[in-house]
Amino acid sequence: MTYEQKNLRVVGTRPIRHDGPDKVTGRANYASDFTLPGMLWGRVLRSPHAHAKVLSINTDKARALPGVKAVITGADLPLPPPGVTQAGESAINTQHLAKNLLARDKVLYDGHPVAAVAAISEAVAREALGLIEIEYEVLPHVIDVDEAMKADAPLLHDDLFTEGVEPRPETPSNIAKRIVVSKGDIEKGFAEADIVIERTYTTKAVHQGYIEPQGCVANYAEDGQAMVWCSSQGQFVIRDLCITMLGMEASSLKVIPAEIGGGFGGKTTVYLEPLALMLSKASGRPVKMTMSRGEVLRATGPHSGSSMTARIGAMKDGTITSAEVVIKFQAGAFPGSPVGAAVMFCSAPYDIPNLSITGYDVVVNIAKVHAYRAPGAPNGAFAFETVLDELAHELKMDPIDFRAKNSAVEGSKSPYGPTYGPLGGIECLSSAKNHPHYKANLGPNQGRGVASGFWINIGGQSAATVVVNRDGTISLVEGCPDIGGSRASLAMMCAEVLGIAAEKVRPSIVDTTAIAFNDVTGGSRVTFATGMAVVQATEDAVRQMRERAAKMWDIEVDQVGWRDGAAQEMNGNRSLTISQIAQKAAKTGGQIMGHASINAAGAGPSLTTHLCDLEVDRETGKITILRYTAFQDAGKAVHPSYVEGQMQGGVVQGIGWALNEEYIHDENGRLENAGFLDYRMPVASDLPMIDAVIIEVPNPNHPFGVRGVGEAPIVPPLAAIANAIYDATGVRMRDLPFSPPKVLAALEAAEKTKANG
Amino acid sequence: MQYQSPASIDEAVAALASIGGARVLAGGTDLLVQLRSGAASPAAVIDIKNIAGLRTISETADGFRIGAAVSGAEITDHEALVRAWPGVTEAAGLIGSTQVQGRASLGGNVCNASPAADTTPALIAARAIAEIVGPGGKRSIPVEQIATGPGKTSLASGEIVVSFLLPKRPASSADAYLRLIPRTEMDIAVAGAAVSLTLAEDGTIADARVGIGAVAPTPLVLDASFLVGTTLDEAVLAKLAEAAGAAARPIDDKRGTIDYRRKVVGVLAKRAALIAYERAKGAR
Ligand SMILES: Cc1cc2nc3c(=O)[nH]c(=O)nc-3n(C[C@H](O)[C@H](O)[C@H](O)COP(=O)(O)OP(=O)(O)OC[C@H]3O[C@@H](n4cnc5c(N)ncnc54)[C@H](O)[C@@H]3O)c2cc1C
Repeated sequence: MTYEQKNLRVVGTRPIRHDGPDKVTGRANYASDFTLPGMLWGRVLRSPHAHAKVLSINTDKARALPGVKAVITGADLPLPPPGVTQAGESAINTQHLAKNLLARDKVLYDGHPVAAVAAISEAVAREALGLIEIEYEVLPHVIDVDEAMKADAPLLHDDLFTEGVEPRPETPSNIAKRIVVSKGDIEKGFAEADIVIERTYTTKAVHQGYIEPQGCVANYAEDGQAMVWCSSQGQFVIRDLCITMLGMEASSLKVIPAEIGGGFGGKTTVYLEPLALMLSKASGRPVKMTMSRGEVLRATGPHSGSSMTARIGAMKDGTITSAEVVIKFQAGAFPGSPVGAAVMFCSAPYDIPNLSITGYDVVVNIAKVHAYRAPGAPNGAFAFETVLDELAHELKMDPIDFRAKNSAVEGSKSPYGPTYGPLGGIECLSSAKNHPHYKANLGPNQGRGVASGFWINIGGQSAATVVVNRDGTISLVEGCPDIGGSRASLAMMCAEVLGIAAEKVRPSIVDTTAIAFNDVTGGSRVTFATGMAVVQATEDAVRQMRERAAKMWDIEVDQVGWRDGAAQEMNGNRSLTISQIAQKAAKTGGQIMGHASINAAGAGPSLTTHLCDLEVDRETGKITILRYTAFQDAGKAVHPSYVEGQMQGGVVQGIGWALNEEYIHDENGRLENAGFLDYRMPVASDLPMIDAVIIEVPNPNHPFGVRGVGEAPIVPPLAAIANAIYDATGVRMRDLPFSPPKVLAALEAAEKTKANG
Repeated sequence: MQYQSPASIDEAVAALASIGGARVLAGGTDLLVQLRSGAASPAAVIDIKNIAGLRTISETADGFRIGAAVSGAEITDHEALVRAWPGVTEAAGLIGSTQVQGRASLGGNVCNASPAADTTPALIAARAIAEIVGPGGKRSIPVEQIATGPGKTSLASGEIVVSFLLPKRPASSADAYLRLIPRTEMDIAVAGAAVSLTLAEDGTIADARVGIGAVAPTPLVLDASFLVGTTLDEAVLAKLAEAAGAAARPIDDKRGTIDYRRKVVGVLAKRAALIAYERAKGAR
């Protein structure tokens, strides 16, 4: 039977999430909720300069302060052997990581750690930081990506030579890498086009904006065994990065996952944990460290600002013949921006015969960027989907019809290589076109924008254990932190296979010593990949229970079926429930536990189309979002509420990015808005209800047809909003964010142009 | 750091005068933020929330007396006050969020002396008088004389603002306050404007007063005498917008440019005037 024909009783329903009550009552423990007896407080001293040589560090006075138990600097953290650790959507260069954890000869951004202390109280730790004497030689800095690419730009690393160009450059530069995706012959394609539009776009660095700042407690024992409590998107990647930094064995470090208060990709690496371990090792006491919001904004994340040019050509009938895109991303202080995803996916919803998309990864003097929800894709879509909108207008075609005409479908070759399996792009577009939202009337100064988006989704390594308890309940053991309702979805898939209620399955996310390695919660992979592991582990438990029933009935196991939470005799009417089997387990071969550890392949991309209505206040430039509807292919929505939640959350982050969020630096390269007052994420009253329409085009590679859903929804909003502003005002805005002063300036400039000509 | 919670104004004044560098604590929504960030580290904080007279709103023959420590939520809950001073009360209601509303006071808003304080322009337009008690006794001053620059006030050491007096409302009279923030709440004004109008029998404006905020080191009184005798036609509104922009002395910063602030304060003054005018017509 295929998944589409299965008669599902749990998958697709909306039970209360298992972790919900603890979260709404405040019982759930987040990173900073842990304390240990004798615990010290650690704090980090950070660079006030965007770029400077560190001439000397003197920690004597800090060490002499009563109550200070340990002080560390870069000298205490030897560079690990070169290597790369995979962390979901980021590949982490271990030597760069060490230099990011504690600066050595140079500081590369405002907020770059230079030293850390552990003391008996936070107040003493703060005081100690003030006693550390550092001599800097301030160097010229560069933050803007286009500036950083210039030949005479201040150089961050004198050993950085651009990868991906032949021959290899002889001089170092800030351009870490060039990547190119191409197909066909773009100039031939442009020659075939009746209309070609080329535009340039810029976006500013933005932050993931998770509510919970990074925090951890580390305890390093005399025998070299250590523990870390922290909130992250993957306890295993935290462990692996820590042991690499400290030269420890994997079995010597237990990382215990706390509840996580948001991550969005940003919590797939380490900032504090290795420092806390080092301070604990040096002091012989447990050490707790937490970041302030200012530290979070200055020194974690952010996501790349970018500069992009997109040139797209189409024929009169609406066929896109060619596209050329150049995308430059800020990487932050070390190479490794997500420009590759922008390159591969900006055109991925469409089947375009001639393509050339080039990306540049450019180091600049801000914190090393880190994954942010569909890393890179929103930037690329912002450029691509607004040029598409301009083309549709020029061609006098409906923007949805124009997209549908060029949509990739099953069998189309993706820009990044593989041929697509079943794909929900057309379904999203037609659902949007037929939705009442698309036909609703608009008032004066109001406009509607359309944009689509693509996210690839990943599989990866996941393990699950299904423990059958004597009373028939199930303990589901897994290793992926729950950042979007995955406990509920995984328990539901387990319950579905067993034929019991979701409430009878209790999921827990365990430490690094209690289950096999799991990749991070990232890439929208958990419901897909861990879900697959859970299904296989549950099937393993069912197989064992059928065997036990066969033993109890003294028949062959192939005579025992499984239905509704019980073993069923096929040629008779005997049945044994889970608890009846479990209670006899001691006598039939020991306790029953199903297990699976897999590397899941076959993740299905998620396509999405968004409709946005907004109103522009022409006198103040302020934009109000009036209505927003997201259409997205989930494959199969295991728990529809959490799919809707992901769609709404992604849209809201996209709206914030479009309207107000941006890193603002002063002339010295210091972050001026390192707080939520001036780093303006949306508040609830800024937003209408975000309507979520789930489309289900099943992924054939998953037992229930699941695709990932978490990331795609942040991809279209930037373009949808830009397109809606045009619809409302006739003005094209191409530089994010669309904050009131910028919108007003653009409206006035357009008025002037109109008046003059 | 010491914490004291006196029960009377005299005790509070005595405590402030005796401990060098002591600060008044009302709702704490500015002060606690400053303590946490290390921007302030006073030797003592003197909590004035337990002084009965500072926590009440009373209606007298001369108008309203609002205790300096009354919270935003208490102000917006007071029906008679909201009816008489819709602009002042909407300004108080704009501060922060539901949580902040439970604590934030007028005294704190005015004495924190932020250029962007939301209630100060509205209190200015209302011709509010601040009653002050200090070691030297009592005095009363117009509210615009309290802030002298960002974070600076004219209060002498040991002085506490105990209440704000709002005059009695004549018939056909109302006020309005508008601010621009990039979000809808939890933000700081990029510009703000308050207008209080009294209409004559024939619907023309008999009295007008305008306060603007976030466009100069302190909230300002705008000379709006040209509104008197008009019915706010297009030309008058344009003149008001221009006057507000011209009176502004804004700065370029991360929240807005000089040019933007000048324009927007004019737009807000115009819109607030129209709202006040409509309200005044309804308040016959
Ligand atoms: C999340 C958040 C959002 C905010 N939003 C806004 C907003 O939208 N608009 C706005 O204008 N402000 C806003 N604020 C700032 C603040 O809430 C207001 O200024 C508030 O009115 C301060 O009142 P308070 O009672 O909390 O003052 P406190 O913090 O107690 O005191 C502020 C200052 O005034 C002094 N002081 C207080 N009362 C007296 C008195 N009676 N006599 C003499 N000195 C006194 C204190 O010593 C201190 O220096 C916000 C603050 C936060 C934290």
